[in-house]
Amino acid sequence: MSNQQSDLINISEKKDFLVRSSSLKDVRTFSREVFEKLELNQELKDELVLAIAEAAQNIVKHAYKDFPETDDRMVVQISCNNNKLEIAFFDNGKPVEKEKIKHRAIDDIKPGGLGTFFIQEIMDSIVFKEGNKPWINNLVLTKKL
Amino acid sequence: MSYKITEEGNISTVFLDGEIDMDKTEAAKEVIFPLIDAGKEVHLNLSNVQYMDSSGISVLIESHQKALEMNNKLIVKDVSKSVLKVIMMAKLEQILNLE
Repeated sequence: MSNQQSDLINISEKKDFLVRSSSLKDVRTFSREVFEKLELNQELKDELVLAIAEAAQNIVKHAYKDFPETDDRMVVQISCNNNKLEIAFFDNGKPVEKEKIKHRAIDDIKPGGLGTFFIQEIMDSIVFKEGNKPWINNLVLTKKL
Repeated sequence: MSYKITEEGNISTVFLDGEIDMDKTEAAKEVIFPLIDAGKEVHLNLSNVQYMDSSGISVLIESHQKALEMNNKLIVKDVSKSVLKVIMMAKLEQILNLE
């Protein structure tokens, strides 16, 4: 999925969202607004918005699985420096068990398990950083543009 | 998400509108599943769906499998370019009945 971009402006923007499925539309809107500023092509924008929405969905669906009515907020930060895009997610849900994160086999046709696969397909790296207090989980996705 | 249903013989065509994400999947299932359960051949028109995430894709898979269990079929029609890309990323273009 190569989408070579010309030199992009450096940018860093973040926004917090209530950890609810109803916030996912707002996460997408925020992401699209940032990518508009970066003047990315439409195909790449669509991919990146999907990856961000899937990661935010995972926070709602997994980190807050037992707390669907939480008032906690998650933060999404989109940064671009020297044509390297870094998207960070911060939440205070259940600690992520990294060893349990895996997508289903893609040829095993059944509902679910595709979100992480999409993120892996779209982004170059997926890293859970530790020790970024006061946050419990800090996911960082990167992609060279 | 909004929707409209048209009927022609045993075919029910569901026109979905909007963005289909985790927040909308239950609503989508509540529209589609009863038609499949009633033995209808369901045509899902996605021409006005510009965004679908993995949760929306799961609705397509579940609906497709449910139709097969009923010895029927689900046809997914007029898929927008952006949604087709997600279907292809999930490698489902050969599994779903796309028209």
